[in-house]
This record gives sequence, structure tokens and C-alpha cells, in this order.
Amino acid sequence: MSDKQSSNAYWQANIRIIWICLVIWALVSYGFGILFRPMVSGIKVGGSDLGFWFAQQGSILVFIVLIFTYAKLMNRLDRDHGVEE
Amino acid sequence: MDQFTLNLIFIGLSFALYFGIAIWARAGSTAEFYAANRGVHPVMNGMATAADWMSAASFISMAGLIAFTGYDNSTYLMGWTGGYVLLAMLLAPYLRKFGKFTVPEFIGDRFYSQTARIIGVICLLIISITYVIGQMEGVGITFARYLEVSKESGLWIGAAIVFVYAVLGGMKGVTYTQVAQYVVLIIAYTIPAIFISLALTGNFLPQMGLFGSHDASGMEFLTKLDQVVTDLGFKQYTAHNGSTLNMVMFTLALMIGTAGLPHVIIRFFTVPKVSDARSSAGWALVFIALLYTVAPAVGSMARMNLSTTMWPGADTGETYSQPAVSLEAIETSPELNWMRTWAKTGLLSWEDKNGDGLIQYYNDTATEGPAAEMAAAQGLQGNELTQVSNDIMVLANPEIANLPGWVIAIVAAGGLAAALSTAAGLLLAISGAVSHDLIKGALNPNISEKSELMAARISMAVSILVATLLGLNPPGFAAQTVALAFGLAASSIFPVLMMGIFSKRINKQGAIWGMIAGIASTLLYIFTYKGWFFIAGTNMLEDTAANWLFGIAPASFGVVGAGLNFLVAYLVSNVTEEPPVVVQELVESIRVPKGAGAATHH
Repeated sequence: MSDKQSSNAYWQANIRIIWICLVIWALVSYGFGILFRPMVSGIKVGGSDLGFWFAQQGSILVFIVLIFTYAKLMNRLDRDHGVEE
Repeated sequence: MDQFTLNLIFIGLSFALYFGIAIWARAGSTAEFYAANRGVHPVMNGMATAADWMSAASFISMAGLIAFTGYDNSTYLMGWTGGYVLLAMLLAPYLRKFGKFTVPEFIGDRFYSQTARIIGVICLLIISITYVIGQMEGVGITFARYLEVSKESGLWIGAAIVFVYAVLGGMKGVTYTQVAQYVVLIIAYTIPAIFISLALTGNFLPQMGLFGSHDASGMEFLTKLDQVVTDLGFKQYTAHNGSTLNMVMFTLALMIGTAGLPHVIIRFFTVPKVSDARSSAGWALVFIALLYTVAPAVGSMARMNLSTTMWPGADTGETYSQPAVSLEAIETSPELNWMRTWAKTGLLSWEDKNGDGLIQYYNDTATEGPAAEMAAAQGLQGNELTQVSNDIMVLANPEIANLPGWVIAIVAAGGLAAALSTAAGLLLAISGAVSHDLIKGALNPNISEKSELMAARISMAVSILVATLLGLNPPGFAAQTVALAFGLAASSIFPVLMMGIFSKRINKQGAIWGMIAGIASTLLYIFTYKGWFFIAGTNMLEDTAANWLFGIAPASFGVVGAGLNFLVAYLVSNVTEEPPVVVQELVESIRVPKGAGAATHH
């Protein structure tokens, strides 16, 4: 998504963190929750399987962790680059 | 004390609380009216966002949608929460840094174009007005059920209440009212769920109970549920039965749509700092998750309760080990009083088709398997539980579980809190767009702050009136409008905001044509299958999977619209001139938290 002109290190680091977070975001919902469910159906979680758990509960919990992790990483990045408020 | 008095007391108390807050938090300036003076603590803002976001659809309908479809409707759970990840990383912090009051204002400044701003206003109005009609209808129905007034009177009462606290308090009043409404609605949602989870699984936490064991049979709860529903001829609860493509597309449409809803985005303008906007999205999701992780438990347990009520033998042994519930029990038994109460609303009905004195609930379209064999053996002439509305699953829950009257009253107050808080948030977004973007931005830029505040209040009052009138005479599309609102938000607002932040090359021509391509394609696709402006009979193609383009359902098409928006904006921008330097500096400045002015970080 970024442009060539936007070469400052702070923005590049932000984009990198966003990409990593979005890969995990997609993996737990579209991945384990839907597309890879048949592959991990051997792992039982209380009366159903791992994919069902991710679709109905796990993905939401991971989303929460993702946002707070992002907020924390960005606060550190802001300070490292001297752009905090 | 009878149930009606209890309902009146609880609903009355909750309204007294909202009014008290509205008077205490009156808005005195436009900064307070549009953005609560940017003084809202991120945790408080998270709570307000949760109430703003969770509408009558989340509170009343979602658990029922999951209950009757099972795994395939996990799309709502993932879709309506995953959008907050996108908000926290792709939109909220940068828009907070931009530091203005409305979404169209950002579009207008970033794309240096009054036309882009006006198109933004049009998108916002279409999205928010269609959404608010559904909320007003929800308010009317809830009042009608619990206060025993007509739906019309219920609607007017609801409109009057929103009028008082939203017009008076603006964003500041609404924010603190929403905090109170969140507390009311989450208590109302979880108390019955905890009791039901304890009764069925022995687990205090519904989230654990869902994956725990079923006490009466000793089996795992979900295994038992799968067995009961398949015995009755329905599809397996935990299995994936529908189209995988649509499941992915619909989830994505809900996620992108969530991140693009203007009334949710403006909530992040109220926090003091950029870093608060990031963490506030996390807090919002924590408070939303409290309901969203309970909802699948409520849905599955309500489905189990319904099935074992209709087939008493299913609870401890084989599904058909005892005869079905008798007509006499339904009409006289005190435990089944809820069936009689809800039959009055028309949301539940039964009919002893073969006259055997029993009411057999099963899937009469199944041609083989235990249900078909049972139906043949008992000489049935079709499913005898003729109507079970999705919405009953949450509203009747406390009655099904035989909980005391005050729990029923608090669920009524919770349902109203969910609908009213969302309606107020939507009305704020609408009035901001009209008074700030249309009146101050386009028609009369020299308007004084005092007059603008008055204009904001008048436009909100007019919006309430329009929403109420449309709620009284819904144009026949109330249930479908939510899909339209999400599709439009996904295909118009989200892409243009994201490109405005993450690309310096997208210019005004790109943004304008991108928005038009996104909205027009999505509207066209929805109208093709649902009828022009949802008027029945005007659809050009029948709304079935075989007719859909590449098998994409109309509700999922927002994703394709968003893709077109990105593509058109990119292509058009690349053949036209670069945005001016001052706009490129604006983009640089919103990307870093430091400083309030433009380009001060170098």
C-alpha cells in the first residue's frame, strides 16, 4: 500500500507491523475458522473441533490481543522515532 | 407485583438515568457537540463505541441467527468483530490525528475537492438513514411487547426519548449515555445466559459451557446438540453446510463494512490522543466481545432448550424415547407459559395438523433418516411447530429458563438500550454531516459557531422525524437495509479513507470515480436481485444462488464493490496529475502522532 516517496523509517516500520498483524488476523478467521478447518479437524475442542472454536470464539480473542499488541508496539515505535505526542 | 409493572419500573429507571446524564453532560460548543471536546477516556470511549455499535440486530437477532444455522453463521461473529482490527490499524489513529469533526470533512480536505466531500456526505446519509430505520423499528417492537402499547405508539415514545438526550447532549451527552446503556445491555444479556449455562452444562461461564459437557446426558454439549438436531432432520449444528466462497466473502464484507461505518469512525475523534485511538479500538472490542462470546452459547443453548422442550425424552436419552410435547401441556402447563405469551406476538405458533394431541417439531423436508422414519411411523402431516422467529431466542430466554420477573424486565431494558444507543450514534453522524459538511462546508461557510450548533440540533431533530416516519411505514425492506448499509460502507467509505492515508498518489479524480464505481456497482448488484429500491417484483433476476455472479450473494457484494473502488481510483489517479504538494504534506502529517498542525514532524 505504501508509496515510494514515503521512505521514512517510522512509516515503513508501521507498515511492517500492520502486515504481520493482518496476516495473523486473516489466519485465525479465514484460515483456521473457515478454509483450513478440514485440515485441523483432528484437533478436538469440547464436542467440536479447532476450526469451530476459532470461528465462534478463538478469532475474537485473538483480535483483541492483536489490537493491544499493535497499540503497544506503536507506542514504542513513536518513542523510538521521537514522534510521540 | 405483575410483570407489566416490573417492566415499567426497570425501563423507567433506565430512562431516568439516561435523561440525568444528558442534562449533566449538555453540549455547549460545536467541539462538544461533534467530538465531546476530545476529552473522553479511551476505556470510556471503548464502552460507548460498544453500545453505539451493538444494535438491536446484535442484541436481539444475532443469537437466533446462529441458533438456527449453526457454524455457517459464525460469519456474523467474526465479521462484526474483525472490523475493529482494521479500524485500529488502518483508520482510527490517522483520522484522530487529522483532528476534524466528520468523515466527509477528511475526504474533502485530503482530496482537495468539494465534490468529493459532497459524495462522501451522500454515502454517509444513505448508509446511516437506512441503518437508523431498522433501529427505530426495533425500538417500536420492543416497546410494543413489554409496555403493551401499539408499535406506532412505541415508536413515538422511542423517538421522543432519543430527541431529548441526543439533541440536548450532542456527542458529549450521547457518549456518557452510551456508557450507561452499555452497562444495562451487557447485564441484560449475560444474566439469563449464565443461568441457562449453569442449568444445561453446570458451567458458570457461558463461554466455557458451550465447549463443556451436557449435564442431563453426560455427553459433550455440542456433540449432544448435533445429535438432537440431526435426529430431528435438521443439518448438523457444527458442520459447514453452505458455500465456502460466500462464507469468506460475507465475513470480509462485514469486516470492511464495520470499519467503514461513519458513526463508528467518529467515535474515535473524541479521545485526547492518537495513541488513545489505537487502544480505544481494543477496549471497544473487549466490551463487544463480552456479548459476542456469549452469543454463540445463547444461540446453541436456546436451540437445545427448544428441541428438548418439544421432545422431552431428548434431554436424557434418545430423541424419540418419549412422545412429543402434548398440545394440552402447551396450553395449560405453567412451565410452558412462555409459549403462550410469545404466541400472542405472532413470533411463535403451532398447529396439531394430524390431530393426535401432540405437537411434533421436526424438519418435514428431510426425506430420509430418523425424522422421516418417525414422521411416517406417527402418521405426521408436516412440522407442527409452524413458526419460530429468530428473535425469540434472546427475548424469550429468561422465560424459557424460568427466571424471575426482574430478569425479564431487565432484558426489556437491555433491548431498548441496544436500539436507542445505536440510533443516537447514527443520528449524530447524520446531523454532523448535514450541519458541518453541507451547511458550514458548502452553503454558508461564514456561519457562527452558535448558529452551527443550532443547525446541528435542528438537523438532528429533522433526522429523528424522518427516521420515525420511515420506521412507521417501512418501505418493505427493513430487514435487508442492514446488508445494504454494510455493503455501501465497505464499497465507498472504507476504501477512500484507507487510500487517503496509505497513498499519496491517489488524487481527487481517483477518489471521486472510485467512490462512484464502488457504490454504483454495489447498489446495482443488490437491486438486480432484491428489486429497485427493494420494491418487491422489480428485481431483474431471481435471488437464487444459481443466478448470482460467480455465486456471490448480494449481501457479500460489498467486497467486490470495494475492490472496484480501489482499482478505479488507482487507474484514474495514474493517468491524471499528482495531488498538490500541500496535500502530500497533509498525508505525511497524519501518519505521525506528533503535533496538531500540518507537516511539523520533520
